[in-house]
Amino acid sequence: MSGFAKEFKKGIVISNPVFVLALSLCPVLAVTNTLDKAIGMSGAFALVIIASNLIISLMRKMIPDIVRILVFIIIIATFVSIVEMLFQAYIPTIYSALGIYLSLLAVNCLILGRAEAFASKNKVSDSLADALGMSIGFCLALILISFFRELLGKGGITIFGNELFTLPVLGDHPISVFGMSIGAFLVMGLLVAFFKWIGVIKDV
Amino acid sequence: MSELFSIFIGLALINNIVLVQFLGLCPVLGVSKKLGPAVNMGLAVTLVIFISSALAWLANNYILVPLQAEYLHLIIYLLIIGSMVQILEILLKRTNEKLYKSFGLYLALIATNCAVIGVLLLNANESYNFIESLVAALGAGAGFTLVMALMSGIREKLELSNIPKAMKGLPVIFITAALLALAFSGFAGMLF
Repeated sequence: MSGFAKEFKKGIVISNPVFVLALSLCPVLAVTNTLDKAIGMSGAFALVIIASNLIISLMRKMIPDIVRILVFIIIIATFVSIVEMLFQAYIPTIYSALGIYLSLLAVNCLILGRAEAFASKNKVSDSLADALGMSIGFCLALILISFFRELLGKGGITIFGNELFTLPVLGDHPISVFGMSIGAFLVMGLLVAFFKWIGVIKDV
Repeated sequence: MSELFSIFIGLALINNIVLVQFLGLCPVLGVSKKLGPAVNMGLAVTLVIFISSALAWLANNYILVPLQAEYLHLIIYLLIIGSMVQILEILLKRTNEKLYKSFGLYLALIATNCAVIGVLLLNANESYNFIESLVAALGAGAGFTLVMALMSGIREKLELSNIPKAMKGLPVIFITAALLALAFSGFAGMLF
């Protein structure tokens, strides 16, 4: 079981998909202006990467090497379409807020990268651990970024309609620029710089 | 005509595909270290977006909609882009060796570039007609090339400057992108 735990932990800190590998930045930056969207995107991401890692790992001996990338893309796109339909049916508000970024999970470099670098070469339990670790690492990173962006850009934190708290001055005069793309780049840059400064990230 | 113009300007400047919609960030952050290759990459992406959005429009309106199979559009678009890139690679190799060499590895990378699939999905969402989706493709390509060129120009200068240790590498590129996005947000007033 130690192999499982090792692959699981790896994704959370040592090779955190967002801050260390710096992969799949389109969804990370686009959906982190509110916590709701970040949580929805993390859920979709987890479903797709776990399902596709599982299937690809199961099929790894059957997929011919020469067309493997195409097969991976088709498998991932299938799961993305399934998740899209699930979201549309059960949580339509999150679905419409995420917009095209949900479909864009199909060309997410991280999911494809894990399929190519890990799931197609390792046994099922390790691939599942890898997918779980990556999902949690991705989710934590998204929540961290969107926490700062929502706090500064909206002046308070609201999760799925429940208002948690509102800051005294910022609540009335939020720094709306943090909700825009400028804030995404700025928060991301400063967070990566912070992690490098305290030594969590060695070299980027 | 003015509608087409506003679609073009909208995707190239106001809602710039890279800085506002975050599509195609990977090449901007990863590839754009030198001006020449960056512009080449931009042109290759523009070409692929243009041709594949034409094909995607045809596929969407003549195959998927009559069969009521719109939910398959993601998979169909991915197949179109993948095969387009492959065909383009073979054609370029046979006809124009020099151009092929200058594109190099980037051409294959375009197949998984979210800028390309993003534009196709946006076109489908906005239900543009054929001409409109071609203009949108050109606008997105122009915006992408512009940002690639700007970013690589700035990064050539950044190599020479004295950056704090923790900010080196990725962080400073994000801060640069933030400042570029701030500049581009000035175009928001251009809506007409």
